[in-house]
Amino acid sequence: MMKVAKKIYMGLLYLFLYAPIIVLIVFSFNESKSRGHWGGFTLKWYAELFRDRQIREALYYTLLVAVLSTVISTIVGTLAALGIHNMSKLGRTVVLNINNLPVLNPDIVTGVALMTLFISMGLELGLVTMLIAHVVFSIPYVILSVLPKLRQLNKHTAEAALDLGATPSYALRKVILPEIMPGIVSGALMAFTLSIDDFVISFFTAGTEATNLSILIYSMAKRGVKPTINALSTLMFITIVVLMLIINKKSDKGENLLL
Amino acid sequence: MNKKLRLLAYPYSVWMGIFIVIPLFLILVYSVTTGDIHDASSLKLSGESYKKVLEPIYLNIIKDSFVLAAASTLICLLLGYPAAMIISNTNIKYRGLVLVFFIVPIWMNFLLRTYAWMSLLSPNGFLNRFLMWLGLPKLELMPGQGAVLVGMVYNFLPFMVLPIYTVLSKIDKNVLEAASDLGGNKIVTFFRVVLPLSVPGVVSGITMVFMPAVSTFIISGLLGGSKTPLIGDLIEQQFISSRNWHFGSALSIILMVMILISMAIMSRIDQNNAQEGRKV
Repeated sequence: MMKVAKKIYMGLLYLFLYAPIIVLIVFSFNESKSRGHWGGFTLKWYAELFRDRQIREALYYTLLVAVLSTVISTIVGTLAALGIHNMSKLGRTVVLNINNLPVLNPDIVTGVALMTLFISMGLELGLVTMLIAHVVFSIPYVILSVLPKLRQLNKHTAEAALDLGATPSYALRKVILPEIMPGIVSGALMAFTLSIDDFVISFFTAGTEATNLSILIYSMAKRGVKPTINALSTLMFITIVVLMLIINKKSDKGENLLL
Repeated sequence: MNKKLRLLAYPYSVWMGIFIVIPLFLILVYSVTTGDIHDASSLKLSGESYKKVLEPIYLNIIKDSFVLAAASTLICLLLGYPAAMIISNTNIKYRGLVLVFFIVPIWMNFLLRTYAWMSLLSPNGFLNRFLMWLGLPKLELMPGQGAVLVGMVYNFLPFMVLPIYTVLSKIDKNVLEAASDLGGNKIVTFFRVVLPLSVPGVVSGITMVFMPAVSTFIISGLLGGSKTPLIGDLIEQQFISSRNWHFGSALSIILMVMILISMAIMSRIDQNNAQEGRKV
């Protein structure tokens, strides 16, 4: 009896979680433009999607910013983490507390604060300011995932390498870096997902110049129904699910990155 | 080598100063001044923006945001706690799968998930067609607070379930056996053993739901229409359309303070719970 009740409860929750997604996917194949009416199967919204220059451009901006901000924030964040790890206790506490601010602050505050800064500095809002903003909110996550690996590091291995004649940079590359690699990789993955998924901070820092996918979806959704959004959502959802399944499969041997 | 490596922290410290500290400082300065934002010499100290916050329309919006966020947090807790318990009691063979199915929806872009609810909840949407087909009256949820509440619960439910599940799955099964050996029935065991042990998960779940819910402007913007703005919508308006940065800054500071206070309360509850646990 209890078991059946539990199954029904979970079933209803899953229905709640998946109903909107299923409706989106089903209606991306709907011939009719209306949201409640089924007019027959069609692929025309997908065809329209690929012809749409605005969407192609937005996709380009999204990927460009995600890749660049991931590369920059991973490098800067890892170097900063190495520095922070070797700081005095007081310095470390101060730096880490400030570093945590973008993580703890609501996105909207981070967004308007950066927008205020850029405009006060006389910068034109656009691709560059959006990229800077993404680097600003990504670095803290890279640092937070590299630092624990540095703490686990055995101090003596690096010292041993130096005693055996390795130069400091050689010891860094050959001894320390391989040890903290898992932290760097998960930091980079985090930075990439955060950047791809971000809307709020991009919305305030991109101006009208650089429209990424999130900003485009928001303005399309506000203006009203357009079945091409359904097609776009379906493709994005399937891509993400496939990507995550691949990552999960790869990390099955080690720890599970996503859970 | 340590001394040299330490130097690596300095460039980032400068970066943090420019892109984290100064922006927040600017918001603070704009919130307590009036004048032309592009001309620093025209800025004058003034409490005008904060006085404006106290006007009934704005106070009401702040109250609405707080109430809606608190309500959605409570609903997430009531729906999510049993789900977390069921998942943690699932056979280990299927548990991973059950959990993954809970997480997959959050892999979808936040905006798209909210947009999906527009098609379900709109006056001629899927839900109302279904209700009509059953011969039931239509629901007028969208645009309005009802739809915003549904959107918040939908978007943030997994953030409640995951931390509670993590804590529940770590509870030593021997403790539960001891409780039942000592004569506690299922209800007593739950209230005296399981619930107190799961407080850290509940606390982080509440924080992870309340914080994005109280500051959102996407959910209210898409599902709430223009009738029910929240504090997030108000901040967005001040910075994007009405260009009243002073008022927008004051609202941002108030939002930050609201969140800081709720986080402080939650960590207090967490600490008290840990101390009580030690006493027992």
